[in-house]
Order: sequence, then structure tokens, then C-alpha cells
Amino acid sequence: MIVASGPVIPNFGQGSSCEVNNGWFCTEWVRAHWSDTLQPALIQHIELSAIAIGLGFAIAFALALAGFRFRVLDPPIGTVSDFLYTIPSLALFQLLVPITGISVTTVEIALVSYTLLILYRNMIEGLRGVPAEIVDVARGSGFTRMQTFIRVELPLALPAILAGLRIATVSTISIATVASFVIAKGLGSPIFVALEQDVFKTEIFTAGGMVVVLALVADGLLVLLQRALTPWARLARSA
Amino acid sequence: MPGQAAELVFDEATKQYSGTDGAAVDRLSLAVPAGEICVLVGPSGGGKTTALRLVNRLIELTSGDIRIDGKSIREQNLVQLRRGIGYVIQQVGLFPHMTIEANIGTVPRLYGRPRSWIHTRSQELLDLVGLDQSYGKRYPAQLSGGERQRVGLARALAGDPPLMLMDEPFGAIDPIVRARLQDEFLRLQQEVRKTVVFVTHDIDEAIRVGDRIAILRRGGQLAQYDTPKAILEQPADDFVAEFVGADRSLKALALRTLAELELGGPADGPRLPRTATLREALALLVEKRAHTLAVTDESGTVVGSVTREALLS
Repeated sequence: MIVASGPVIPNFGQGSSCEVNNGWFCTEWVRAHWSDTLQPALIQHIELSAIAIGLGFAIAFALALAGFRFRVLDPPIGTVSDFLYTIPSLALFQLLVPITGISVTTVEIALVSYTLLILYRNMIEGLRGVPAEIVDVARGSGFTRMQTFIRVELPLALPAILAGLRIATVSTISIATVASFVIAKGLGSPIFVALEQDVFKTEIFTAGGMVVVLALVADGLLVLLQRALTPWARLARSA
Repeated sequence: MPGQAAELVFDEATKQYSGTDGAAVDRLSLAVPAGEICVLVGPSGGGKTTALRLVNRLIELTSGDIRIDGKSIREQNLVQLRRGIGYVIQQVGLFPHMTIEANIGTVPRLYGRPRSWIHTRSQELLDLVGLDQSYGKRYPAQLSGGERQRVGLARALAGDPPLMLMDEPFGAIDPIVRARLQDEFLRLQQEVRKTVVFVTHDIDEAIRVGDRIAILRRGGQLAQYDTPKAILEQPADDFVAEFVGADRSLKALALRTLAELELGGPADGPRLPRTATLREALALLVEKRAHTLAVTDESGTVVGSVTREALLS
């Protein structure tokens, strides 16, 4: 087992009585260690998640293009991403360490592989869900295959694609916490350290709470993006 | 609006799907003069929609040829060919993610027309199909079925194509709105004078909108191609007679107006303007249990009369 070493361990000797007694929530501790522990962990967490989601989206999109254009490719791609998704994250991290070492790469490979299933499936379903008559009219009006894809199929698949992106984002932010079993990065790291230190509650609650808030904020931003990009989708649902 | 229209010729056009016995469209030959509406009608399995889709090559011919203004569709660039043919389908197929204006501007945009041009053009077309110009900013989900089909028609007209293909355009619309759309479509056709191929399974619609009707039988063979009047009065065979219906003589009455009859002297009785059809006149006679109708001119003055015998002779 690789042990992460957090930069700051709660200082029981000199801390407030709340810290010394390991109270449920010590505001002083959070204030004192925001800039040296919590804020860096938050930034690392955002980086880990953003890279994983970005790469995952790019790979899933390329796979979805292939699976949509050549239907025979869909079952194998689906099966592989299904399989990746079912491997428990702790196990996958450990499996990768001998190959890619104790590194960000290890973490990112695992995180990316978890995004693929959700993103790929939503992209494919979105593209397939475009009504046949709409594609028929596009082709019949003289759109080239490429124009049909860019101007009709892709925009109409966007609600499904963005729905997949929301799920993938929230789950990646959550799973990235486990990265601290490999590297001392992200909001999992303070949690890991606190568990080692007689379960220091304040640090666990704060870091855990930050993961939840980060996930909610990211989801909220994606909802705004969804509304901006697909103003027509809400009308279509209510009609 | 420039009234250009093209002559369309089917020349032994045949579609045979691989792995099937009979042809879907079997050596179909007919010519649609420029600016006329040709209705393809027949039972399901008659290949009407297949025949229509052969024209814009959404389905490729197995043999034979189709020519637009003498030019074979086989020799034309697929995309260019389609941009020059207006296409309207029953499900309308408006792009739900585009405003009505963008939908109407579909083909002009493919031609690279500037935004301002498209805006002006779509306003013109909204007028033409009887929708308020404010509709341009809406999305298809905000329109009723009848309104969507009007937009579908406007979209097909936007590139000013010399030929329009309409596949059961009013098939999914309730009967009252359908009748109105048929009337407006005919009024529109008076203005734009396109060559139109119109598919329907409804013989009444065919009689109402067609300059000529092509009746296809199962197996994609042409049973008869003629004017509505000729088809009703002289069906080519039993199949056509049965297809147009036992009430075909009644339907034929709907094709003539009182003005075409030799009227008797002014008389008393229920009144009808001379623009009314013989079918309407008969209906009124039956309803009022009358024997004679008074026929009026546009101002409502009685100008003559018609008896039941004269009507049915």
C-alpha cells in the first residue's frame, strides 16, 4: 500500500481545545490550514478531474464517431468501456502502478477509463436518437454527409451528450478522491491523512464537503452550458 | 417570385430491391409538363413514395431514366440535384434546433446566401404561406402541426426550385386543416407555378389538387395517367374504377361548376352562385328536397335556373 504524506498534520499539541479534543468541526483549524492544505488540495482536485474529463470526452467522442459511422464497431467499443467501468477503482489503481508507477498518469488512466462508458453511450444514443425523417429531409435538401452530421445530427445529439458529460463530471470528481491512495494530490489526500491521524473529524468533513460542493458547482455550470447551447431543447420537451 | 418550372419525365423508371421478387416501381413512364401538379396515388405497396424518392435520388434507379428539363438525373451531381428540388414530407422534418427563419433558410444557406438575404426571403415566404412574420424567431416545437407543414412548404420553396416533391404533405393533419391547406397550396401554386410531384393515398385529395393523376397499382405499375376528369369519367380498367370508388360519378360532379352548364330561365328555388360545383348543387337539391335551383351571379342576382335532370344529364 502506498501511503500518501499530507503536507499538514493537525497539530494536537498547540491547537485549540477543539482540535485537541477532536471535536466535530473546528472552524479555527479550517481557517488556519485553508491556504496550506485545503486550497492546494482543491486546486489539484480540479486539475485531476478536468484533465480526466477532457481526455475522456475527446476519446469517447472519437470512439462515438467510429461507432456511429460504422455500426459493427459499436458492440466491441461498448463492451470494452463496460468492462473498464466495472473494475473497482482501488483495484484499477493498484493494477496500473506496476506499469505507470506512482504517478499522475496512473490516476488519469483510471479516471479517464471510468468516464468512457457514460460519455460514449450518451453520445451514441444521442446521435442514433435523431429522428430519421429529419436526416431524410437534410439529405433530400442537398446536405452533404458531413453537413448533415455537423449541422443536424451533432446539434440534435447535444442534449444527450451534455447529460452524459454531467454524470461523468460528477462521478469523476467523486472518484478522484480515491487518487490519494496513489499520489498525495487532490481532496482525497487530506481525508487520507486525517484517517491516519486518529480520524481527525474536522479535516474529513471539510475535505469531504468540498468534494460535494465542487461536484455540485461543476454540475450547475454544466446545466448553464446546456441551456446556453440548446435553448430549443426545453421547448421541445414541453411541446 | 420567378416562376421557373421544369418538365419532368419518367422514362421506363424501374426500382428493384435486391432480394425481392417484384419491382417496387416497374417501368414507369410519364411526363409532367412544366408548372403542373402530378399526383401519384394508389394503394400501399404501389411504389408511390419510391417513385418520388427516385427523383431526388434518395433511392437510386435500377434501370430506366428520369429527366428534368431533358437532363438525366444520373448525370447530375447528387448534392446540386437535390438543392434544386424542393422536398416536403408528411412528418415535415423541421430541424428542431433551428428557428423557423433558419429552417426556411436551409437551402439558401447551402448556396452561401448572406444572412440578410435569408432574413428577407424567409419573411417573404412566411407571408406567402400565410404565417405571421413574427414566426421567424420561434422554434418548431412552438408551432401547431398545420403551421409546421406551412413552414415545411416555405422551406422547400426557399431555393426557388423548378421542381417540388411532396410526399403526403397533408397526411398527418386533421381533415379541416387539411382542406384549408389544400386550398392554400393551390392558391400558392397559382403564384409560383412549380412543377410538383405530389404523393397521396387519398383519391379525393388527388382529384382536388392534381392537374394530372397517375394511379399506381401494387407492384409499381402505372394503371392510368390522365386528368382527374378523364380518370373519373373513363377509368382505364376495373382496378382504377374500384380505386376511385363507386361514387366516382359524384366526384366527377365536383369538378364542374354551374357556370359550365346551359342554364334555364330564372326560377324560384334554393339559391346558389354559379361558381358552385355541380356536387354542391346536387347536395343542396337533396337537402332542400327541391327540384329546381336558382343560380345567381357574383352580385347575387338570379341569372338562371337548373333542374335536377339537367344537373345529372
